[in-house]
Amino acid sequence: MEAQPAVRVQAPAVPEPREGQSVARLELKMAARDVNLWYGEKQALFGVSLDMFDSSVTALIGPSGCGKSTFLRCLDRMNDVIDGCRVEGDIRLDGEDIYAPRVDPVQLRARVGMVFQKPNPFPKSIFENVAYGPRIHGLCKTKAEYADVVEKSLTRAGLWDEVKDRLDESGTGLSGGQQQRLCIARAISVNPEVLLMDEPCSALDPIATAKIETLMDELKKNLCIVIVTHSMQQAARVSQRTAFFHLGKLVEVDETSKIFTNPTDQRTQDYVTGRFG
Amino acid sequence: MEQQHEHIVRSYEEELALLNNKIAKMGGLAEQVLGQSFEALERRDPDLAASTINEDEEIDELQREIEEQAVVMIARRQPMAYDLRQIMAALRISTDLERIGDLGKNIAKRAVAVVSEQQPKQLMLGLKHMGELALGQLKEVLDAFIERDADRALAVWYKDEEIDAMYNSLFRELLTYMMEDPRNIGLCTHLLFGAKNIERVGDHATNIAETVYYLVHGRAITDQRPKGDTTASTPVSMKRTAV
Repeated sequence: MEAQPAVRVQAPAVPEPREGQSVARLELKMAARDVNLWYGEKQALFGVSLDMFDSSVTALIGPSGCGKSTFLRCLDRMNDVIDGCRVEGDIRLDGEDIYAPRVDPVQLRARVGMVFQKPNPFPKSIFENVAYGPRIHGLCKTKAEYADVVEKSLTRAGLWDEVKDRLDESGTGLSGGQQQRLCIARAISVNPEVLLMDEPCSALDPIATAKIETLMDELKKNLCIVIVTHSMQQAARVSQRTAFFHLGKLVEVDETSKIFTNPTDQRTQDYVTGRFG
Repeated sequence: MEQQHEHIVRSYEEELALLNNKIAKMGGLAEQVLGQSFEALERRDPDLAASTINEDEEIDELQREIEEQAVVMIARRQPMAYDLRQIMAALRISTDLERIGDLGKNIAKRAVAVVSEQQPKQLMLGLKHMGELALGQLKEVLDAFIERDADRALAVWYKDEEIDAMYNSLFRELLTYMMEDPRNIGLCTHLLFGAKNIERVGDHATNIAETVYYLVHGRAITDQRPKGDTTASTPVSMKRTAV
């Protein structure tokens, strides 16, 4: 890390090294420090500080209205477009303040991609859905380059074999799980460094969910993934670190295995075991 | 960990309570089998020994029930955190209790085998004392489980050394008897196995203590337990003194 006086960089805790998987020290990718957020008069986030590491999945869990999605939206400045929304604090991507005036939110979102709860393909062809990002960012010049990016992205999203013969059909004609993978392909087509996922599987059946989860295992190798999920089992399955939010505050963040076997905070314990807090 | 709140899903709460009750019941039965086996040995009572042997069946049955319930709960509830530890603890403790039941049964069988033999008072006293100590450890660790008291469990864990020490001295004593008169060998061998069984009961009690500690704190006991059983190396030194 270069010297960034405003950021107190914590020693990155290394998530549990899995057997047969050489987990080198993970690098800090995004760091949020003391983030407060208001929707008008109402404060929705209270002093949230969270580190998110490269090559790993960070899961945000917590009851509805706890602020986890709100926090996720801070990471790619999606909250900018909401009237009366005010963000305070410090959020850095590779040590750069993403709320600095010189940062263009559109450029930021090329580096920080987002996948939503409901698959939302554009009413265009499968090809155009994926080529959209590179097109608006002017990443490709020739048709062949576009075709190459589309194939690579769809392959990484595990969808290529299913759609390669019908790339000009509408993206909305795919099944729910395929649409979601199309949205992931669209998100990764511009080579983002961070992928935010807001309950990406809550509208999918278990098989489609399993496919997305496999995909996350693959994608995380060269991405920092942050996922909001209502399914604790999913958080337990896919993430290396888990953060528990409650009433707008970050209660506890730790290695996923620790959170689900022996959490420190009583509120975390109550939430993950399904008890009243 | 602080006091546990109630589950939102009441049936889940009931299942956990049922699991705990089964462990408590199984623990009570194990204590009973063990106590009776000592008594049968001491009083040379073949009838008591026989009924004790039968009672072990009930323990085995409970273990099967607990195992089945735990597996179903893992599949259906996908337990997390403290709940997960409770279910894992139930599985492990039931295995230890089942073994303790078997050891009690084995002592009862030896009681039948030595009914007709003359028993030296002092030896029987030593064995009895060791049995009481093991039984006390078992009671204490089961209470620690029910109370979720890690400190009590830890005390049991440390105290196992005493049983080991008694086993060592009984071992030497029995060897001396056997060397004095070969006609003692049959009886003494039975008593030696009995003593070894009691020592094993102590080991299972420490296992349970470790489980209780894990259940409460979510991590294993890290301290090194003092090892008291040195009989594995004893014959060497015995040779030196005996010849």
